Amino acid sequence: MSAREDILKAVAANKPEAVDLPVIDQTQVISYANLTEQFKTVLQSIGGSAVEINDLSDLKNELEEKKAAGEFVVNRITELGELNDAATKMSPEELAAVEITYLKAELGVAENGSVWLYESQMGNRLLPFICQHLAILINKESIVATMHHAYEKIDSGREGFGVFLAGPSKTADIEQSLVIGAHGARSLRVFING
Amino acid sequence: MKTMKHAEAAAQFISDEPRTDWHNETLWFVRQKRDKASHGLPEWEQLREWASQIKHHSLSHLDQYLVEFEKNAKANGVTVHWAANGEEHNRIVYDIIQKNNVQRIVKSKSMLTEECGMNEFLHSKGIDIVDTDLGERIVQFRNEPPSHIVLPAIHLKKKDVSDTFHEHLHTEKGNNDPQYLTEAARIHLREKFIASELAITGVNFAIAETGGFVVCTNEGNADMGTHCAKIHIACMGFEKIIPKAEHLSVFLRLLARSATGQPITTYSSHFQKPREGQQMHIVIVDNGRSKQLGRADFRNSLKCIRCAACFNTCPVYRRSGGHSYHTAVAGPIGSILSPNLDMRANADLPFASTLCGSCSNVCPVKIDIHDQLWKWRQVLVAEGYVDTTKKVGLKGMAFLLAHPSLYRFAGKAGRTVMRLFPWLVNNKLNPWYKQREMPAPPKESFREWYLKNKQS
Amino acid sequence: MIHSLPNYIDMKVGLFIPCYIDQFYPQVGIATLQLLEKLGCEVSFPLNQTCCGQPMANSGFASSSKGCDKNFVGNFRGFDYIVGPSGSCVLHIKDHLKDDDRPGEAEHIRKNIYELTEFLTDVLKIEKLDASFPHKVGLHTSCHGQRGLHLSSMSERNLPEFSKPEKLLGMVKGLELSHPARTDECCGFGGTFCVFEEAVSVKMGKDRIAEHAANGVEYITGYDESCLMHLEGILKRMNSNIKAIHIAEILNSNA
Ligand code: SF4
Repeated sequence: MSAREDILKAVAANKPEAVDLPVIDQTQVISYANLTEQFKTVLQSIGGSAVEINDLSDLKNELEEKKAAGEFVVNRITELGELNDAATKMSPEELAAVEITYLKAELGVAENGSVWLYESQMGNRLLPFICQHLAILINKESIVATMHHAYEKIDSGREGFGVFLAGPSKTADIEQSLVIGAHGARSLRVFING
Repeated sequence: MKTMKHAEAAAQFISDEPRTDWHNETLWFVRQKRDKASHGLPEWEQLREWASQIKHHSLSHLDQYLVEFEKNAKANGVTVHWAANGEEHNRIVYDIIQKNNVQRIVKSKSMLTEECGMNEFLHSKGIDIVDTDLGERIVQFRNEPPSHIVLPAIHLKKKDVSDTFHEHLHTEKGNNDPQYLTEAARIHLREKFIASELAITGVNFAIAETGGFVVCTNEGNADMGTHCAKIHIACMGFEKIIPKAEHLSVFLRLLARSATGQPITTYSSHFQKPREGQQMHIVIVDNGRSKQLGRADFRNSLKCIRCAACFNTCPVYRRSGGHSYHTAVAGPIGSILSPNLDMRANADLPFASTLCGSCSNVCPVKIDIHDQLWKWRQVLVAEGYVDTTKKVGLKGMAFLLAHPSLYRFAGKAGRTVMRLFPWLVNNKLNPWYKQREMPAPPKESFREWYLKNKQS
Repeated sequence: MIHSLPNYIDMKVGLFIPCYIDQFYPQVGIATLQLLEKLGCEVSFPLNQTCCGQPMANSGFASSSKGCDKNFVGNFRGFDYIVGPSGSCVLHIKDHLKDDDRPGEAEHIRKNIYELTEFLTDVLKIEKLDASFPHKVGLHTSCHGQRGLHLSSMSERNLPEFSKPEKLLGMVKGLELSHPARTDECCGFGGTFCVFEEAVSVKMGKDRIAEHAANGVEYITGYDESCLMHLEGILKRMNSNIKAIHIAEILNSNA
C-alpha cells in the first residue's frame, strides 16, 4: 500500500497550481454539408467500403445465402433475422473460424469514418476482431459530424467494453507499406440504412 | 557494454548514407501525411490548445483524479496496483503471473513496459512474452529494442524483415513482399492470441470519471490479446489520466492525425469492466514522473500522448535513427524525459538537437520541447554532467567575449588561425573541417572597416 | 532614395553585428549598415560589442555568459532600436538578455531589438527597394528567425502563410526566387551542434543543398549568416558553383 500513498503524496506536493478546464466550443469545430458523403469518403480512404441502402433485403439475402452455402457467419443484427447466440459463448479457437460477422453499430462519425459499437452490440468482445470479415449496419441519421458530437451521444462507461472502429485492421510496420488485414478483420463494409 | 553517445551512434548510422536517406524520406513522408491531416481541420490549432489545457488541468489535479480513477475502476471490478518505480511495476506483473500460474503471455505495445525493462526482467525469471504489434514482434525476433514509439521497426528494410521471418517463421527465403510477410505474422500471432492466458497492454488514456481506459491500435492486436486471455494487465504511467470521457474527443482527434495522418486509429478500444470470468488489473506507475512533475521547467513533458510527431519531424532523429538515443523513448520527447530518469547516462541527449523548434510546433499537446532541451542543457552543465573539453572551451570563450579588448586581440590573431572560435581550427582533427571548408578570413573585421570608413 | 524616405531620420539605430559576422563576414555588416542608412536611419555601431552570448547559452553555459550580457547592455543602451543581421542572435537577446544591475535597460533592449528583415518590414514598413539582383536565388529559412521571431509562417502550423524576407526579396529587380522541396527544414548548423554532432550536422546541410541545387539556384540566401557559413563550408568542399549570400547583401545590391 505504501507506493500508493507515496505517489499520491509526491503528486500533491509537486503538482502545478490549479488551472481550469477549457470550454470546448463546438461552434469552432468543422461541419460538413453532407455527413453521409463525408463518412463514405473517409471510410473508403482508410480501406473500408460504404454502401447506402434503403432497406435490408439485400443484406438479408446475402446472409441467407452464406448460411445456406455453409459458411460460418455470425449475425448480431436483430433486423436481419435470428441472432447467433451460440457465438457469444464460443472459445477464441472456435471464433477464429468465423468468416463474416454482421453487427449493428450505434453511430457513425463523418470526420473519421469510424463507428461506435457497444459490447452488447458485439455479443462477444472478441467477435469484431477475430472474424475474417466484418459487415456493419448503421442508420443514416445516426451519423454525426465529429468525435465531440459522438461522445455526446454515447456513454462509454455504460457497458463493460466499447470501441470506435474505423476500417479494416491494418499495419504499415514493414517499410511503411500499407497492408490490410494485420490481426483483425481483413475487410469492413458499412451499410448505411435510410 | 558501454552505450555509445548519441553523436557517435549517429555517425555510425549515417555512414550508410543511402539507408539514412531512406529513413529520412520515409519519416518525412509520415510527417507530410500528418501535415495533410492537420490542414484538413480548420480548428487544428484550437484543438492543440484545448488538448494542452486539458492536460495542464489534469496535471494540476492529478492526485484527485488518480484517486477518483482508482475508486471507479475498483467499482468496475478492476484491481488497481501502484508502483513507485520500474522494478516495482515488474514485480507486480510477475506476481500476477505467478499467482495465476500462467505461461502463455502476449503483449501489445506499451512504451511504459519498455521504460521499465519488463520483458528483460520477466525473461530473467524464465517467462517469455510475445510482443504482438507487428513491428515489435519483428524487433523482438531480432533482439533489438524498438527504434520509434509508433513505428518500432522503422529502421529496418523489408529485406531485413524477410530474413528475420525466414529464420523464425520459416517464410520463403528472399520473399520481401510486405503483404506476404504480414500474412505470415498474422498466422503466427493468431496462434499466440488464441492460446494466450494473459494479455498485457499499455494505456493511451485513463478516464477519472468512469474508471475506464482507452487503448488505440491499428492492427487490433490489443483487442485480440485481451479478449482471448482470461487475465488482462494494463500498465500506465500516471500522467495518462484525463478527467472525463468527453475529453477523449479532443485527444482521439489529435492522436492519429499527428502520428500517421490517419483521421483515427482503426481501433480505439474503451475498456471498462472485465468480461465475465476475466481478471482485469491496472498498474499505475510513477517511475520518476512525480519528480518531473515537481520540475516547473519540465513538467509539461508529462502532457505527452506518445504520438511521435516530434520524432517524424525531427531532422536529427530522421538522420540518426532511434537507437542512437539509447533510451526506450527516443526522439525529441525522449531527450527531455530521459535526463529526469538518469542525468549521467542521458546527458548527451538534450544536445542532440539544433533547437530548430519544429517539434514544439507539431506537438498536439503543445509541449515546449525545444525550450526544454535548452533548459536541460543549463541543468546538465550546472550539475556537472558535461565533459571538460566542452567546458574549458566554452568558458574560455565566455571570458573572451565578456572582454571587448581581449576579443579584438583574439580576433586579430585569430582570423589567420581562427582562434576565436574553438571549433574553427583549420586541421584534420577539427570536426568543422572534416567535411566543410573554413570561412575565408577577410583582411579586416567589420569593426576595423567601420573605424576607417565611418569614424573619421 | 534618401529624400523619399525622410520619416526615419530621427530614429537612432544601434547596429548589432554578431561576432562571427564581424570577424568573418564584414561585407554583411557593411551591407546592413549601408542599407539602413540608405533608408534614412541614423545608425551607429557601438564599438565595444562582442557577442550575444548564444554559443555559450545554447551549450548549457548561460550562467557563464553574464559578463557577455552586461557588455551587451553597456553597448546598446540608449538606442530606439537595435538591429542585427542574424535571426538567431537577435532571438537569443530577446529571450535571454539579463542584467541585474540594469534590468530596465536590458528590458528595453529585449523589446526593441530586431532582426534586419523584420525591422525593414515591421518598423520601416518599406514597400519598395532600389535593389537589383538578376539571379536565381534559393531562400534558406533559418529556424530561429522563423519559429522564434516569426519572420515567416511555418509548415508545421495550420495558420495563414506569410514571409517577411520573401516579401523583401520580391522587391528586388531581376531576382528569381525558389524554395527547396522541404520549405523550412533545418540546415543543421545549430551552434556548437555543428561540431559536437558533426555527422548529423553535415548530412543535414548536404540535404538542404541538394534541394536548392535541384532548383538550379546560383545563390542560397538567408537572414542568418551562421547557417550560411555552414552551408558555404559544405558548398566549397563540394566544389559547388552555388554561392551563399546574406539577404542584406542582396537587398543592398545594385547591379
Ligand atoms: S512530445 Fe508531443 S509530438 Fe512528441 S510524442 Fe509527445 S505528444 Fe507527440
